[in-house]
Amino acid sequence: MRFRAKIVDLACLNNFSRVINTIAKLAKTCTLRLTVCKLYFILSDKVANGGASMWCELCQGNFFDEFQMEGVAAEHNEIYLELVPENLSRALKTAHSAKALKIKLTNKHCPCLRVAVELPSLSSSSRIVTHDIPVGIIPRRIWNDFREPTVPDFDVSIYLPVLKTMKSVVERMKNLSNFIVIEANLSGEMNLKIETDLVSVTTHFKDLGNPPWASEDGCQSSAQGRDLESMAVARIDIKKLQQLLAGQQVNPTKALCNIVSKRIVHFVLLHEDVSLQYFIPALA
Amino acid sequence: MPFSAPPPASGEPFVLSASLDNARHLSSLLRAVHFQDHATCFATASGLRVTVEDAKCIQANAFIQAEIFQEFAVQEESVMFRINLSVLLDCLTIFGTSSLPGTSTALRMCYRGYGYPLMLFLEEGGVVTVCKINTQEPEELLDFDFCSTKVVNKIILQSEGLREAFAELDMTSEVLQITMSPDKPYFRLSTFGNAGSAHLDYPRDSDLMEAFHCNQTQTNRYKISLLKPSTKALALSCKVSIRTDAQGFLSLQYMIRNEDGQICFVE
Repeated sequence: MRFRAKIVDLACLNNFSRVINTIAKLAKTCTLRLTVCKLYFILSDKVANGGASMWCELCQGNFFDEFQMEGVAAEHNEIYLELVPENLSRALKTAHSAKALKIKLTNKHCPCLRVAVELPSLSSSSRIVTHDIPVGIIPRRIWNDFREPTVPDFDVSIYLPVLKTMKSVVERMKNLSNFIVIEANLSGEMNLKIETDLVSVTTHFKDLGNPPWASEDGCQSSAQGRDLESMAVARIDIKKLQQLLAGQQVNPTKALCNIVSKRIVHFVLLHEDVSLQYFIPALA
Repeated sequence: MPFSAPPPASGEPFVLSASLDNARHLSSLLRAVHFQDHATCFATASGLRVTVEDAKCIQANAFIQAEIFQEFAVQEESVMFRINLSVLLDCLTIFGTSSLPGTSTALRMCYRGYGYPLMLFLEEGGVVTVCKINTQEPEELLDFDFCSTKVVNKIILQSEGLREAFAELDMTSEVLQITMSPDKPYFRLSTFGNAGSAHLDYPRDSDLMEAFHCNQTQTNRYKISLLKPSTKALALSCKVSIRTDAQGFLSLQYMIRNEDGQICFVE
C-alpha cells in the first residue's frame, strides 16, 4: 500500500482546503477512499451519525500535480482509510500561502497521513511544517460497507433556493426548534417549516424549478404522473441541515434535493471539481 | 413593497395591524432593549412601546412612533400583550442581519386581540416567511414615577463620547458612580475595582456636551450589572440624555437614527 501526492498550484490548494473544511463540518470521522483517478470522502449511515450519510467525490487530476497510489492488491487497487477530517482541515490551515503541499501515507509507529507544507522563507532553504494525522486502515472485507448510495426513488426533485437565503432562514429557525419540515412539489415550490409551542414559522420559496431526471428503466416512475401541487414532506434534524448549508463556502454550480416523503432527503451539491451528496433521514 | 395580509378568516378586524418597508427599523430598536427574553408590547394610535424589565430594578422602553411605519392602525384605545422578545427578534431577522445595499425585508404585523398569536409576514426578494408567535398575559409594569418636572440634573452628550468609556468600564467594580455637578468635576464616571479606582471626567465645555443643566451636586452609585444592558442602546444611538431626580433615580434616554434618517427613542 503506497500513497503520495503533491499540490503546487495555490488555487488548487485553496480549493482542496475548502473541500476538506466542508467535510469537517459534516462528519467527525469519515472514510477516505483512494483510487487511481478519484478521492472519495464517505460517511455511512450508522446510528452514531444520527443516520445521516455522505458521499463526496473529487477527481484527483483537478487538484493534485502529482498523484501516485498503489492499493492493497493488484485486483483491488484502492486504499480505504478512516480519518478525522478536522485534523486534515487544521493541517491545511497552515497552507494559505504555501509553495507546495505533499501528502504521504506512512507507517512509522502507526499508520498516518503525513502532510508536509512547504512555506516560503527569506533564506534559501524552505521552511517545512509537517503534520502527522493518524488514520485507520480499513480492511478489504468491510469495503462493501462503503458503496456509493443509490439515488432513492424520490417523490419530488427540486432545485434548492439561493443558498445564502436558505442558510439565514435555517440558522434563525435553529434557534427556535430542533426539527424542521422540508416540503416541495413539482411546481417548483418549497416550504421550510418549524412549529413549537411558542411559535410557528413557514418560509415559502417559489419558482425554484424541478430538475429533469431521465427515467432509466422507469425507476423514477414514482415521480411521474404525480400531481404537480402535491407536496412531498420530510421532518429532519435541523442541525444536520444547518451544518450542510454552513459548510458551503462557495456557491455550488448546481444544488438540488430529492425528497422521499417521510423517509429521507437527498441533497446533491455540485461544484466544478467536487460533487457532494448528503442524505438526511426523516424523523417521525 | 409592503405585503398585503390575507383577510382574517372570521371577518374580525385586527386590533393591531402595521406595515413596515424595512423590518430593520424595528428589529434594531428592539435589539437595543433585548436583555431579557420577555417584553411587553403596548400599542396605541401614536405608536408602539416595547418594555423590558429586570429584577424590578431596571426598565427599558423602545418607542417606535406610528410615523415610522408605512401603515399603523390600532382599533381599540390600546392593545397590550407580553411576548418572547428573543423569538420575535429571530423572526424579524429571519432573512439575516447583514444589510446588503438595495435589499430590505418588508414586514406586515397583525394581531387579532387577547388570546391570539402575533402574526408576522416578512418578504425579501420574492421569498415570504409567515410567523405566528404566541402571546401571553401582560404583566404589571414598574412605574418609576420619574417625572420630567422633578429632574434635578440633566446632561445631553453625543453618544460617541460615552461609548468608549462604557466599553472600558472596569467590570470588577460592583458599582458605577455617577457624579453630576454645576461645579467641577461637572460629570464624572467612577469605578472601584480590584485594580483600584478609575475616574472619567467630562468637562462642561467639551465638544461632546450638547446640553448641561446641573443644579445640584449629586453623586449616586448604581449596580454596574444593571447598566451593562444599556450599552446596546448606546451603541446604536447618536445622542444620550442623562437625568437624575431628587431620589437619585437615573433615566438614560437614547436618540437613535435609522437608515432613513428617522428618529426613535429608547430609554
